[in-house]
Amino acid sequence: MTRIAPGWGFVAPALCVIGIFFVFPALAGLGLSLTDFDIYALANLRNLRFVGLGNYAQLLTAPRFWQALGNTLYFVGAGVPLSIGVSLAAALLLHSRLTRWRAFFRTALFAPVVTTIVAVAVIWRYLFHTRYGMVNYALGHLGIAPVNWLGDPHWAMPTIILLAIWKNFGYNMIIFLASLQAIPDELYEAARTDGASWLRQLRHVTLPMLGPTLLLVSILSTAGYFQLFAEPYVLTQGGPLRSTVSVLYFMYEEGFKWWNFGTASAAAFLLFGLIFAVSGLLIRVTRRWT
Amino acid sequence: MLRRLLGVLLILLSSGCSLSSEPQTVTFWVMGREGEVISELLPAFLQRNPDVRVRLQQLPWSAAHEKLLTAFAGETLPDLCQLGNTWIPEFAALNALADLDALAARSTVVNRSDYFPGIWETNVIGGRLKGVPWYVDTRLLFYRRDLLERAGVRQFPRTWAEWEQALAAVKRNAGPDRYAILLPINEFEPLLALALQQDDPLLKDGGRWANFASPGFRRALELYAAMFRNGWAPLVGAAQISNVWTEFGRGLFAFYISGPWNIEEFKRRLPADRQNDWMTAPLPGPDGPGYSTAGGSSLVLFRASRHQAAAWRLIEYLSESAVQVQFHALSGNLPPRRAAWQDPRLAGDIYARAFREQLERTRPAPAVPEWERIATEMQSTAEQVVRGNLSVDEAIRALDARVNAMLEKRRWMLARGGVS
Repeated sequence: MTRIAPGWGFVAPALCVIGIFFVFPALAGLGLSLTDFDIYALANLRNLRFVGLGNYAQLLTAPRFWQALGNTLYFVGAGVPLSIGVSLAAALLLHSRLTRWRAFFRTALFAPVVTTIVAVAVIWRYLFHTRYGMVNYALGHLGIAPVNWLGDPHWAMPTIILLAIWKNFGYNMIIFLASLQAIPDELYEAARTDGASWLRQLRHVTLPMLGPTLLLVSILSTAGYFQLFAEPYVLTQGGPLRSTVSVLYFMYEEGFKWWNFGTASAAAFLLFGLIFAVSGLLIRVTRRWT
Repeated sequence: MLRRLLGVLLILLSSGCSLSSEPQTVTFWVMGREGEVISELLPAFLQRNPDVRVRLQQLPWSAAHEKLLTAFAGETLPDLCQLGNTWIPEFAALNALADLDALAARSTVVNRSDYFPGIWETNVIGGRLKGVPWYVDTRLLFYRRDLLERAGVRQFPRTWAEWEQALAAVKRNAGPDRYAILLPINEFEPLLALALQQDDPLLKDGGRWANFASPGFRRALELYAAMFRNGWAPLVGAAQISNVWTEFGRGLFAFYISGPWNIEEFKRRLPADRQNDWMTAPLPGPDGPGYSTAGGSSLVLFRASRHQAAAWRLIEYLSESAVQVQFHALSGNLPPRRAAWQDPRLAGDIYARAFREQLERTRPAPAVPEWERIATEMQSTAEQVVRGNLSVDEAIRALDARVNAMLEKRRWMLARGGVS
């Protein structure tokens, strides 16, 4: 006779909740992605067609989807390293013995994380206004011609990246700060006794000790940045020329604007697969490193 | 004795039925600004109909579509609702709307011949009346009289050729930093209006196939693209013009294609010394006064409603011309029927006059549920032409292909015998 381990009893409630609110909807979504569920199917289920992998094939041959994917990769590729770099730099500055009013700066730099994106977007729209924006005004003093930040397809994504970095770096900064404080002082003392410069201390003491934190932060950031949505939604509505349409924004348009739930679900699963693969790759690469 | 008692009971019961002053509650969903002003129109209705109660729910426009579809799926639709008239085909395809033909035929208020034809047509889907127009929204030209005068434009343009001359003259006079016309690159209505002025329909064969390769649409797209290529229109979206009214006052542009709500806005927001400098005018057409879009909102009854008779009384009340004039005074919305326009408050409004003229010349957009998506696609393709990424030929071919793909399901369903 086999006995059910009592552990199962303890995790059962949590498993039930996960099953009902996560596993089941995810499976339903997977099923949906194999059909052409749309507004007509909503009216009458006789209008539902099973299309197999048709939605996936259609997405993978649609230039619109590849453009959205390209925009997302651009955002992740430029945004994640820059954002981690800025977070780390800010954390190092705050951690430095020379910094005064540490608590004040920590709060100030963290503030963008907790402000609402909609309020931020309104301010940024004014800052980056072509004719009246402060950014172009300042650039004008340096002799740089006004840039159409949000209206030029080449500049809109960099502006969004800038916004995302500014908005999010405080979060990672706090994580870095916590793990910087956990590095024992003796290591630095030993390094200094050996005559290591500040740069060498950073390279050989700080960064290796931050290794696990770096991995965590880069996985979290990558997964988060892949799900770019709110910034283009409030700032550019995907324009100009769809240059700020991310995969998630594409999915939103398909699903909630045009009610093509089949295609939208397929896009969601493609994005899920992508995030899964990239995160797995990150873990594998860092494992080989250390 | 028993028989008498039974008799009394029967009489009581039957009279109880006919007198049953158990009031019916009609649920009414209203959107945006209309939701705010409607409460001022209701008391008179309730007084006249003591047996009806109205439960009002206000929806923001941005969430309305989603909320309505969710309510349809969850079978919690209201009895009647304000519906943007481009949404009617979609809800008709869902088979969610009640047919109003019989009710309208019997009505002494809702009189088809008094309504502007283009607006009425947007409510007729597959030969059946699905809604009653509540207010209209068409697009036409707001313009700066002083800027036109300074550019030497004596007569307001009636044809495309005259319009192009006027635009060129205004631009010459305005210099490199100012423009002749504002056409926000993210709005499809201006291009749609130009396209509706043509004789070729935008979709053909009962909305089964795209018809953008027609000579008519090509002409419209060419004119639209020329306005940017010649520097008459700035290449901006609505988000990049921080304040249209201020910029109009400053003279960044002399023409602006917009709708009736902007009459009040310009009256309110332009400085006093600018108030004599602006006016409205109907859209010029290819060869003479042209057509424009037939937008606006309608009142619809849902099939599932159990209070259709009471809800229809409310629709009739809101369609009375006196009530419509009052509604106009409260909201600035323009009435869809000619009788209401005879009221001095409307007939005397010099800015509304052009709308009165334009309303006789409106054409509905194709009545297919996919229309909003098609219009968005049309605009984003036009944007590519304007930005020089596509030639007009390439754009038309790409647009036709994409729209035909969007209509694939519709064709499949029509082939199976019907959309719903």
